[in-house]
Amino acid sequence: MTDLHTPVTPSAHPAPLGTPPDEVQPAEAKSGMAAARRRRVVMAGLRVGIVAVLLVTWQLCVNAKLVDPFFWGEPSGVWASLRDWVTIGTPQGSLGDQILVTLEEAVLGFAVGSVLGVVCGIALGRVRLLAELFGPFLKAANSIPRIILGSIFTVAFGFGIQSKVILAVVLVFFGVFFNAFQGAREVDRNLIANARLLGASRWRVTRDVVLPSAFTWILASLHISFGFALIGALVGEILGANRGLGLLIRSSQNNFDMNGVLAGMVLVAVIALTAEALITLLERRLLRWRPPQTHGGAAVE
Amino acid sequence: MAAIELRNVTKKFATADGGTYTAIKDLSLTVEEGQFCAVVGPTGCGKSTTLTLVSGLERPSRGEALVHGEPVRGIDIETGFVFQQDAVFPWRSVLDNVAAGPVYRGAGRSEATRLARDWLRRVGLSGFEDRYPHQLSGGMRKRVALAQSLINQPRVLLMDEPFSALDVQTRAIMSTELLQLWDQTKPAVVFVTHDLEEAIALADKVVVITAGPGTVKAEFEIDLPRPRVVQEIRFQPAFTRIYEQVWEALRAEVAEAYARTTRVAELAS
Ligand SMILES: Nc1ncnc2c1ncn2[C@@H]1O[C@H](COP(=O)(O)OP(=O)(O)O)[C@@H](O)[C@H]1O
Ligand SMILES: [Mg+2]
Repeated sequence: MTDLHTPVTPSAHPAPLGTPPDEVQPAEAKSGMAAARRRRVVMAGLRVGIVAVLLVTWQLCVNAKLVDPFFWGEPSGVWASLRDWVTIGTPQGSLGDQILVTLEEAVLGFAVGSVLGVVCGIALGRVRLLAELFGPFLKAANSIPRIILGSIFTVAFGFGIQSKVILAVVLVFFGVFFNAFQGAREVDRNLIANARLLGASRWRVTRDVVLPSAFTWILASLHISFGFALIGALVGEILGANRGLGLLIRSSQNNFDMNGVLAGMVLVAVIALTAEALITLLERRLLRWRPPQTHGGAAVE
Repeated sequence: MAAIELRNVTKKFATADGGTYTAIKDLSLTVEEGQFCAVVGPTGCGKSTTLTLVSGLERPSRGEALVHGEPVRGIDIETGFVFQQDAVFPWRSVLDNVAAGPVYRGAGRSEATRLARDWLRRVGLSGFEDRYPHQLSGGMRKRVALAQSLINQPRVLLMDEPFSALDVQTRAIMSTELLQLWDQTKPAVVFVTHDLEEAIALADKVVVITAGPGTVKAEFEIDLPRPRVVQEIRFQPAFTRIYEQVWEALRAEVAEAYARTTRVAELAS
C-alpha cells in the first residue's frame, strides 16, 4: 500500500506504456501517418502475441504437472470461472450487480475525494494562514497507513457501501490534495500580477489563474487516484461486505478457488484500464491549450 | 499635475542571507500627462523594480510613488502593465485573453467580446481570435498583451522591455505600431528598455539610470518630430546627435555594471 508523501509531478507521470514518445504531429505527410498506423497495428498484434504465449506456456506447465493449479490457478480454469459468473451468476447474485456495486463505491469515493482534495489543496495553496495552521495536521494524517482505517470504517459504518466509499475518499484525498497544493504554489507570479492589474478580484484570480494553472498537477494525480479509489472499494469489501467484487475475490479465496481469485483480478484490471483511458481523454480535453510536445510528457515549464 | 511622480523612492529587498539589498536609491522621476518616457540603464539597475512601485505591485521602502497626485496604495487597475515575459493566459484563446480586462471590470460578456474584437483588429490580429497563445509567434503574443492592456484605456501605461524577446525587424515594426496605438488614447507611458536606439526613437523623454542601486543620472528631452517611423528615424542627423549625447551618459554605467559582473565572476572562479 503506497503512502503519498510527496506530490506526483506532472512530468513524472509516465507516458502511457507502449505509446511511442512524441509521435509525428499532424503537419507530417500522409505517408507518415499511414506508417504510424501500420506500426501501431503491428505493436498491438505483438502484444496480443506475448499474452497468448504466456497463457499457453502457463497452461502447458499446468498440464505437464510442473505448476500446481491448486495454488496458482490455470488459464482454462479462470476462463471457466468467468464464463460461469456471466452465464449462471455468482454465489452472491448476478456478476453485473457485483461490478456495479464496486464501481459505484470507487466512482463515488473518487469523485468526493478528488473534489475535496482540489478544494482543500487550492485553498491552502492560496491562503498562507490556512497552510500554516493545517499543514502539520495533514502531514501527520498522511503518515498514517490509511488502509488500517478500513477496519474502523467497517465496524463504524457497517457492511453497506458507505464504509467503502469513505475508505476510498480517504485514499484519494491525500494524493490529490498535495498535488493541488503544489500546483497552486507553482503558479507563475507574473500571471497572477497580470490578472490583478486587469482588475480580477482575489476569487477570480483563484478561479481563472490558479485553478487552470494547477490543473496540470491535479490531472497527474487523478491518474493514480482512481486506482486508489478502486483499492479502497475492494479492501473495504474484503474486510466486510455482502456484495461486490472484493467479496467475490474473498469468498473464492476462502474456498481455495485460485481461479476465482484470478478471474476477479482480471475484472478489476479491466475496470482500472477503462477508467485510465477515460481520464486520459479528459486530460486531453482540458489541457488542449498546451503546446503538443508537452502533452503527457515534458515538465510544466 | 503630473501623471506619475516618484519622490526620492528607495526600494530594499531582503536577501537570502538575512541582509538587505538596495535595488533603487533616492530615485525621482516625473512623467507628465500624455508623455512617453523611456527609461534606460544597464541590466540589474532597478528598472523593473521602478515599474512595480508605480503599478502598486510593490511598495517603496522609503519615499513616495504618486499617480495623478494620489499616493499608490496597492494595485491600481487604472494602470496598464505590459510584462517582459509572456503574461497572457496560456489556457485562454486570444479573444478571451483580450476580453479579460473588461469582464473583470464588470462589462457584459457580449460587450467585452465586441471590444476585444475591435482591439484585436487594431493590433492586426483579426482572424486569430480562436487561437491559443502557444499557437502564435512571439510578436503576435506581444500584440495580444498590448491589446489586453490597452483595451482598458489606462491613463498610465507601464511597459517592461516589452519587445526584448523579438528579433530586430519585428521589434522596429512593433515599435511603430505602438506609437500609432499610443496616439489614439495618449496615456502617460513609462517604457523600460536597455536598447538606447529604441528609447530615443519612441520617447519624448529618455531617463538614464545608474548601475545599481539605481538612481537617475540624467534626463534628455527628445524633440524629434512626430509621427515617427521607427525603422527610418535613425537615419536622421538629429537622431545621431541625440544618440551621442545620451550614450555619453549611459556608457559609464554600462561599463560599471559590466565590470561588476566580471569582478564577481573572477571572485567566484
Ligand atoms: N523580489 C526581489 N527580491 C530580491 N532582489 C530583487 C527582487 N527583485 C529585484 N531584485 C534585485 O534588484 C536588482 C534590480 O532588479 P530589476 O529591477 O529587475 O533590474 P532591471 O529590470 O533593471 O534589470 C537586481 O539586482 C535584482 O536581483
Ligand atoms: Mg528588468
